[in-house]
Amino acid sequence: MGVVLETVELTKYFGVVKAADGISVRVEEGELVGIIGPNGSGKTTFLNLITGYVRPARGSIWYRGKDITGLSPRVVTRMGIARSFQIPQLYGGLTVLENMLVALAIRAGRSGEFWRPLQEDARLEEAMQTLSEFGLEGAAAQGVSSLAEGERKLLDVALSFALKPRLLLLDEPTSGVSVKDKFEVMDRLVRVLKSSGVTTVFVEHDLDVVMRYAERVLVFQEGRVIADGPPGIVLSDAEVKSAIVGTG
Amino acid sequence: MQWAIVLLLAIVAPLLPGWTVFLLSVALAKALVVLGIGLLMRGGLVSFGHGMYYAAGAYGVAFAMKLMGIREALVLAVLGLVAGGLLASVLGMLLARYRGLFFAMLNLALSMMVYGALLKFYWVTGGTDGMAVRQATFGGFVPPAGLLRVAYFYLSLGVVAIVVSMAHRLVRSPMGYLLRALRDNEVRVNYMGGWVEQTIYRVYVLSGGLAGLGGSLVVLNVGHAVPDFAYWSQSGEFVFVALFGGYGHVLGPLSGSILFEFVRSYAYKVSPYTWQLLLGAMLALVILFLPEGLWSLVERRMARRDRWGWSWRPSS
Repeated sequence: MGVVLETVELTKYFGVVKAADGISVRVEEGELVGIIGPNGSGKTTFLNLITGYVRPARGSIWYRGKDITGLSPRVVTRMGIARSFQIPQLYGGLTVLENMLVALAIRAGRSGEFWRPLQEDARLEEAMQTLSEFGLEGAAAQGVSSLAEGERKLLDVALSFALKPRLLLLDEPTSGVSVKDKFEVMDRLVRVLKSSGVTTVFVEHDLDVVMRYAERVLVFQEGRVIADGPPGIVLSDAEVKSAIVGTG
Repeated sequence: MQWAIVLLLAIVAPLLPGWTVFLLSVALAKALVVLGIGLLMRGGLVSFGHGMYYAAGAYGVAFAMKLMGIREALVLAVLGLVAGGLLASVLGMLLARYRGLFFAMLNLALSMMVYGALLKFYWVTGGTDGMAVRQATFGGFVPPAGLLRVAYFYLSLGVVAIVVSMAHRLVRSPMGYLLRALRDNEVRVNYMGGWVEQTIYRVYVLSGGLAGLGGSLVVLNVGHAVPDFAYWSQSGEFVFVALFGGYGHVLGPLSGSILFEFVRSYAYKVSPYTWQLLLGAMLALVILFLPEGLWSLVERRMARRDRWGWSWRPSS
């Protein structure tokens, strides 16, 4: 079990807001880590720092033994870190299937190819298979703008998953999904992620979801990690409860 | 589909009056420029400066004839392609970083610099007089005067047929889809590990090359390269025709360009003082009622035919 991700004293202020105030975290291969914390505690900033969208003022980021601090999102993604988004980032003018095919073509380094069709047999087959793992095969021919929000979230994750990353970062996979569908979406996600063995870090503000699915929880508050451990232990801690729920 | 149109044009052309053949040749050549602009538009980029690559192709032909004595039509056409592509490969390094209004206006600014250069270095370029381009040869032969127009027409038609079918492949390829993807969501392309700038740069160079190719074919037909080729209103016309014909399908620019040239000629004849008004009204109608361009009319028809169980399918 190697260390997939390690951050050392990551620091980033936005004005007076401490989005990251010395975050040191280590994620082992195959872990499923949940990050929880109140709004503005730096959860999404943490993902943005790792993927190179935001540069840290201080500190460093290590991915599988390599220093990736300051690299661009494109390069970081190419190295094997994929992320999904709180608001699904899809190609609105394309169908579900075409979205997936584009992801697969880019992963294969074929995005500069201009002679052969995108819809190649092998690529189509893999695209349909990946979509069906996420229960989206029925929507393949639909334009993504006609999808329900839950499906959009799933597709967003599916597109990142299709890149075959070594580390997958999910930003609030259940936000915008109805309470009724929340666990169904997470059940499906976790099943796919676990069977592929990909190391996953997911940000979530829903306590129930973290409690049920995370193997390890990081609690963020004002840009710091105030607790780190198995959900059963961490989330029963009084300080943590007050931080998340806002009551003592 | 595109081959049916090419065949139809090839058979009909020699039977048409000379001026029609000339007009068709020019329209076909300009369709190449519009096709290049349409490719960029698929990526959400509008260039108001492609006149400069069009001019690069035209002046490239003029200089190749004057300085190197090259007269072979096909060689000159290829030189036009190279001239446009080369200029675009230099300017593209800067332009591939810009989007939206900045991209459009920077193209415009650069094209006006090219225009200014063509105008002011008159001891090299002939200034407003431009440069004359002599008759080209075909495989070493000079066609007899009566057949020259037709020869130029077949050259343009052949080149357009090849380019259109290549473009048709491109828009269905990973690169073609990546263009549409980055128009929709550039951030996501980055987060898939795709290289946005590189894709835009490549398509930009390609579109510059196509504009150069178009310019070289037009100048062979017209026999005269002038700075106006690079003027902003010429660049604007290409964008106009791209919207008019539609850039969703590779045949949109072709049909748009042909129709535009004919409508313009007739509009000019019918009302010499207000012909721009007619063109403007025409574009306004197309944008209002056919926002995806004239070609979308054909595509809709085909879709309807498909529903009625015709076995014959459009090629895209």
